[in-house]
Amino acid sequence: MNAVMQAHQHYAAEFERVESVLAGAASPWLRELRRNALAVFVERGFPTARDEDWKYTRTAAIEKRAFSCVPAAAAPLNAQRLQQVLHTEFAAHRIVIVDGRYRPEWSQLDGLPAGVRVTALAAALSDESSGVRTALGKAVNIQRHPFAALNTAFIDDGVFIALQKGAVLDQPVQIVFVASAAQGGHATHPRVVVAADEHSRATLIERFVALDEAVYFTNAVTEVVLGDHASVELCRLQEESAKAFHISGVFVTQGRASRFTSHAISLGALLARDDIDVQLAAPGVECTLNGLYMAGGRQHADTHSRVDHLQPHGTSHEFYKGVLDGHGRGVFNGKVIVHPDAQKTDARQRNENLLLSDDAEADTKPELEIYADDVKCAHGATVGQLDADSVFYLRSRGMDEAAARSLLTYAFASEIIERVPVPAIRAYLQQAVLARLPGGPAIEEFL
Amino acid sequence: MLSIKNLKVNVDGKAILKGIDLEIQAGEVHAIMGPNGSGKSTLANVLAGREGYEVVDGTVTYQGQNLLELAPELRARSGVFLAFQYPVEIPGVSNVYLLKAAVNAVRKHRGLDELDAMDFLALVREKMKLVKMDEQFLYRAVNEGFSGGEKKRNEILQMALLEPALGILDETDSGLDIDALKIVSDGVNALRSKDRALVLVTHYQRLLDYVVPDRVHVLAHGRIVKSGDRGLALELEQKGYGWIETQAAAL
Ligand SMILES: Nc1ncnc2c1ncn2[C@@H]1O[C@H](COP(=O)(O)OP(=O)(O)OP(=O)(O)O)[C@@H](O)[C@H]1O
Ligand SMILES: [Mg+2]
Repeated sequence: MNAVMQAHQHYAAEFERVESVLAGAASPWLRELRRNALAVFVERGFPTARDEDWKYTRTAAIEKRAFSCVPAAAAPLNAQRLQQVLHTEFAAHRIVIVDGRYRPEWSQLDGLPAGVRVTALAAALSDESSGVRTALGKAVNIQRHPFAALNTAFIDDGVFIALQKGAVLDQPVQIVFVASAAQGGHATHPRVVVAADEHSRATLIERFVALDEAVYFTNAVTEVVLGDHASVELCRLQEESAKAFHISGVFVTQGRASRFTSHAISLGALLARDDIDVQLAAPGVECTLNGLYMAGGRQHADTHSRVDHLQPHGTSHEFYKGVLDGHGRGVFNGKVIVHPDAQKTDARQRNENLLLSDDAEADTKPELEIYADDVKCAHGATVGQLDADSVFYLRSRGMDEAAARSLLTYAFASEIIERVPVPAIRAYLQQAVLARLPGGPAIEEFL
Repeated sequence: MLSIKNLKVNVDGKAILKGIDLEIQAGEVHAIMGPNGSGKSTLANVLAGREGYEVVDGTVTYQGQNLLELAPELRARSGVFLAFQYPVEIPGVSNVYLLKAAVNAVRKHRGLDELDAMDFLALVREKMKLVKMDEQFLYRAVNEGFSGGEKKRNEILQMALLEPALGILDETDSGLDIDALKIVSDGVNALRSKDRALVLVTHYQRLLDYVVPDRVHVLAHGRIVKSGDRGLALELEQKGYGWIETQAAAL
């Protein structure tokens, strides 16, 4: 028997072991959903080198480690560390998931406006009246995404956000996924389900943080269904442990004249793979996808976006930047499909990569498939180094080389950070980027 | 202040400067003229420390030290300033940031306290008046979208803030309209002092009407082929470079 079969068997056996204790295990529909997803995953298997979508990203290291589910008993936490990483200043509302499980004592869900419900997913799954059933899995394509299938098989806890018609979240909601030391050697499959009914509005923050430099596997899925004229802005900030494996999928379906904006910042993990998959399923939709990935050391950061223009008058703007240092590697693949009915589509995509070392690498590939004739599509991808003339210009004004290079790198990254709508997160990200640059401290004092 | 002896510089294996000798004292203004491609910017860049130039022979002594062994930032901090022929645009870095970082780097080197935000702003406002620049330029990205003339004024603003001992202006007058030329010239004149030396690389006599040089040099084919007083610039204006090049070739 080969290694691939063994890996599948491992997850199938894990499923056998934990199925009965997963949230809502008694619900036939959930059981069906999970078992079906597991079958899809086992059938499809871990991606291989032959998978075009996984050409640059090997998941063998995840297979090999055969991560198991986190034991049910909550391990003691380093409360002080946890308090530090929560960043309560980012948002008034907060829901905290530690090692894959909702922790009410760290969450803050008082004072949510009328028409807005934010609950732990496990609670929603156990409550037939929660309404999660109508939303769950609707935007996710598990056939195309093996890890989303795996996530679905192990659906347990996470967050369910329901915005009723016209509901407006005046303050952002922050979802913090915390990996404690207890997560070492384990996998979590957190799920976020957002149902934004017509004319509702929300800004959501998702953060992945670690209390410890443990080896673990986060396999997250976030799905967002936007009703007509709904507007959702999603800020994702990935700062997993430097030894972690992070795979995530964001799946979005947009209703008429709705607006979806995402800001994906990827800084942590040894291996990160983020898929974002948006269906512009109705006319007049606006979709904006921004992102920044930074990889140094031996880090690998892969972003795959897919935008399906299915209906006319849709706009999609993608802007991703990568900063690669050391032996770091960045991958960006942007697929845009303009379907036959999607006339008057305006699709733009830009990906820029900055290589700071000789051993850093970036692979970028725009993929446009256009089946409508009256459309505007533009894409551009670059891989380059810091401009030597600019470095010299700054040095000729007295700045040392490390500071000059760091300043230019910072300026490069800032173009994405500036678009983040929450000022406290912008400020935090500026610091986070500076902290990763050798000349960071020198330039910080003048910013 | 600056002593250049037999300076020979190659670029990509090709000899560009073929033995430059130049002595500049504090308080002096020297003009360097010469045909396109003769090596004027090469000389300016070598003095500022740009990479990609191979010094194959000669010495450059600045204030008693070997200038060529200093990193560009150390030259800047020790008072060497190059106003670029083509100032680069740096998106994402605000002008005010660059100015503040530059001023404080130089101050630190001189053993002075760094300026706080208030004092810095007061200083920069004063200097901006000198080159008639609007305050909005502080908050724009360095040179990004600046017109040709605005870029040149920004260079003079930087020079005014850094108060260098040796200012090298590479065609700061090129591309300026008549009013801007007057503004830039006034800015340069305001910086003339007995402690400061200025080198003006220019193609035009007009600048030298405003900023009267002590010496004028003609650089052709990598050599200084003629030096004189301001009368030489007037002569060049009338006769072009042909006669000097023939004269030099005959030597
Ligand atoms: N990086 C380089 N690679 C190849 N050749 C170069 C390089 N830099 C300068 N040169 C050559 O060196 C010569 C001198 O150039 P330089 O820019 O110093 O001339 P200049 O006197 O400043 O001319 P201009 O009046 O047009 O500004 C030119 O022939 C130029 O092509
Ligand atoms: Mg020149």
